[in-house]
Amino acid sequence: MSEKLYPLKLTVNGKQHEAQVPSRQTLVDFLRDTLRLTGTHVGCEHGICGACSILLDGEPVRSCLIYAVQAEGCSVTTIEGLSLPDGTPGPLQDAFCETHALQCGYCTPAMIVASHALLESNPTPSEAEIRDAIGGNLCRCTGYQQIVEAVQLAAGKLAKGAK
Amino acid sequence: MKAGEPSAFRYIGKPRRTKEDPRFVTGRGRYVADIALPGMKHIALVTSPHASARIKAIRTDAARAMEGVHYVLTGEELCANVDPLFVGVDAPKVARYPLARDVVRYAGEWVVAVVADTRALAEDAAEKIQIDYEPTPYVLDPEEAILPGAVLVHPDHGSNVLYRRTFTWGPVEEDFASAKHKISFRARWGRSATVPIETFGVAAQWDPGTQLLDVWASIQMPKFPDQTARALRLPGNAVRVHFDVDVGGSYGVKRGIKHTVLVGYLARRTGMPVRFIEDRLENMRGGDMHGPDRIFDMQVAFEDDGTIRSLKIRALDDVGAYAGRSPLQLGKPVGAIVGPYKITSVEYEPISVLTNKTAQEAVRGFGQSPTNYAIETAIDRVARHLGMDRIALRKKNFIAKEQFPYLIPSGSTYDSGDYVTVLDKALDAVRFKDLVAARDAARKAGRLAGIGIATCLEPSGGNSAFEPLFNPKNQTTTWMDSCLVRVDLSGAITGVMNTSTSGQGHETLVSTVLGEVLERDPDTIRVIHADSLNALPSNSPVGSRMAIMLGGAAAGAAKKIRAALMAIAAHNLGVPEASLLYCDGNVSSKAGKSLSWDQLVEIAHRQFHNLPAGLEPGLQAKFVWEVPTGGGLPTPDGRIQMYPCYSFEAHLVLLEIDPLTAQPKILKYLCGHDCGTMINPSIVHGMTYGGIAHGIGAALYEKFAFSDNGQLASQTFMDYLMPSALEVPAIGIVDHCTPSPLTEFGQKGSGEAGYLGAPAAIASAVNDALAPLGQSIDELPMTPLALWEKLQGERAK
Repeated sequence: MSEKLYPLKLTVNGKQHEAQVPSRQTLVDFLRDTLRLTGTHVGCEHGICGACSILLDGEPVRSCLIYAVQAEGCSVTTIEGLSLPDGTPGPLQDAFCETHALQCGYCTPAMIVASHALLESNPTPSEAEIRDAIGGNLCRCTGYQQIVEAVQLAAGKLAKGAK
Repeated sequence: MKAGEPSAFRYIGKPRRTKEDPRFVTGRGRYVADIALPGMKHIALVTSPHASARIKAIRTDAARAMEGVHYVLTGEELCANVDPLFVGVDAPKVARYPLARDVVRYAGEWVVAVVADTRALAEDAAEKIQIDYEPTPYVLDPEEAILPGAVLVHPDHGSNVLYRRTFTWGPVEEDFASAKHKISFRARWGRSATVPIETFGVAAQWDPGTQLLDVWASIQMPKFPDQTARALRLPGNAVRVHFDVDVGGSYGVKRGIKHTVLVGYLARRTGMPVRFIEDRLENMRGGDMHGPDRIFDMQVAFEDDGTIRSLKIRALDDVGAYAGRSPLQLGKPVGAIVGPYKITSVEYEPISVLTNKTAQEAVRGFGQSPTNYAIETAIDRVARHLGMDRIALRKKNFIAKEQFPYLIPSGSTYDSGDYVTVLDKALDAVRFKDLVAARDAARKAGRLAGIGIATCLEPSGGNSAFEPLFNPKNQTTTWMDSCLVRVDLSGAITGVMNTSTSGQGHETLVSTVLGEVLERDPDTIRVIHADSLNALPSNSPVGSRMAIMLGGAAAGAAKKIRAALMAIAAHNLGVPEASLLYCDGNVSSKAGKSLSWDQLVEIAHRQFHNLPAGLEPGLQAKFVWEVPTGGGLPTPDGRIQMYPCYSFEAHLVLLEIDPLTAQPKILKYLCGHDCGTMINPSIVHGMTYGGIAHGIGAALYEKFAFSDNGQLASQTFMDYLMPSALEVPAIGIVDHCTPSPLTEFGQKGSGEAGYLGAPAAIASAVNDALAPLGQSIDELPMTPLALWEKLQGERAK
């Protein structure tokens, strides 16, 4: 392949990576295909469904709308970075299991990323605030109800833990 | 264990976590796009820009010459080397191949496939391919398509009608002649689908040494390995489909047969592992996942007191340019053609029509939700005609609890139900008086508010009796499913299922059932997905069937294991089996002698000298289950038992329409639901919530709209609008359990729950809101624009 490559340095889930990437490669393709972090999913590739949501310097963004080279020097957190060090579910992920906030699991990592970002900035969200925070993430399985319940459950547990 | 009493069960019906969730919440699902085969190449497609055209020339040289491009495939080569795909009705001339040859029949049809090192390179090469088309006339309107002289989508077929028959069940004409009232109306169900967030994908690898094609695909498709092998002209045992691929949502649509034949052919032809993952545009335009697109012409005959005597239903369904199982979606509703009502005669005329649009495929409910919408609209219209309360009218016509099993005119017997109780529980839970007060207060304040009601059936236990009904050459009378259970030397239990899963929680289902029968903790039971060469017969998780069919098969296999353990114990304890007690997997006699699970397993695996005569060593059992009540062929007048079990749902909705923007807002949603015994309540509730969300989309937002020149106008998620957490309200569910007498634990199906009643209920609410204006809409989706136009029309008056 003669496609021109560009150097990229970034931090993903706390780990530094250096790579050579084509300018047109999206961040989600870089995460999935190069780093093999396949927990982030591709749904629409035009920024609507939210299945590719990741945290870029702490903010939830759609990684299908960003080129990998644009993440130069950034810190990326994917669903893999939200699990406990041994790979088992963290508190928010555990709440998703408790309320069965998923079915096929395809939108789930991004839902958790969006919910995580919400709880970081607003540890005691109302139902309306939760719906607003996940309003950019489409789920076709759950009707969102058990997702809202999971975020409420996690918020309650985190608040208890903080006391 | 007694069916219908959750307390009688140890694990069934208990609030238990699912087995699947932990891997998904940590991003460890394994979807088809996560499968990276060494040296794998990627496919991009060139698709038709025309609704109908002759292909005059295809120039591929520039693409072939590009670095990193390995193969360019046209329809000419492919069609010469594969057989046409399965057509659900007797229409052999409506041949469908993965790539078009000579002509294209819809905008978005696949014409050329390019194989390259990366998807990006394959797309670059696809752009270099030049195709000369000569546009030809097309037909987009299904009513126009059935007229004499219409443009023919498949001229060799001789007509655009794929299937048409008028069924008459019972004294329809006599009932219409003698009934006091008759109404007729037209209702239209728009073309939408369940649109999973994961597009369809498939990867395949051919091994010339073993002459075996390995397939990993995002599928929910009956007879998929068989259809793939046939089209590729391979024996069935030369295709191995790996069912352990997680499917990122399906709800009926992940059929992917043309995708797999294309990829399988290319893998074999190039000798390289190849994959094709649809991008969203390919998925929307040519992914074979659009749902029913129906015009219902309805006639109802009824009496002063609200007794509904007879129905005439003409259903014209636009299946697009090709057909797999789509025409059969008009067949399934035969099994619930009178809904939950004791209507004693019906005329049904299903018409399946070809047009120059994207092909229709199976969507959640397999055609039942549109039919339920048409029936419920009829009920509301009868109520309005008589000035009768919609709830009282429904209750008057409901089949009563004592009347089950109940034979409907089209030949299906409903197994059980208690419709009045479920509706009453829903009315209580929603505080219906308060709902009415809220609506009336809103109206008083000048807002548009309406209450929606729908009481619908979910036929479940998916059989395929519509195949022989719609195609006499097809003698399918079994739609079995199976389970294999192994207890290994360590005493651990493994259940093997024989199809892939797209979120229904089958691992939880099987482990719960095995745990229940064997009295072992389901958390310790592993459930795996066989590949198609290891698998027992399965017909995939379609038609709300797995709780019944896979659950029944798992129970059957577990009972064989339990029987073997009892036999071993009786033999070794020297007492008759009847005197033994099975508890937690241990077996004891009244005299206090016992053998533990571990001891029994040890005997089964190692001590042939201690096995009773005739018992196979090792400890495993399989069970293949035929659909209960299945096995029959249709009568000459088209009566047939369709599905075995009938779940019921009563929806109540309060909705407001913003008088300025016409934006609808659902203020209250409650669903009374009876699917018999629930195996896992969280899973059932989740599917019901999700089905209601799908129904909200179909009723208010989602539509595959085509322009006048046959272009799909809603081909991105900016135009095809799916409800988010802001459009789907908090939903209440009230459970009721009328056990099925036909199943092991009294379970019925729930995979299509919510979706089978929500569109009807929301339409009912919208029309109740519009009623004070003297307006109504009988077309889904009732988009904000359609509502706004109604309001503008009202203002213009």
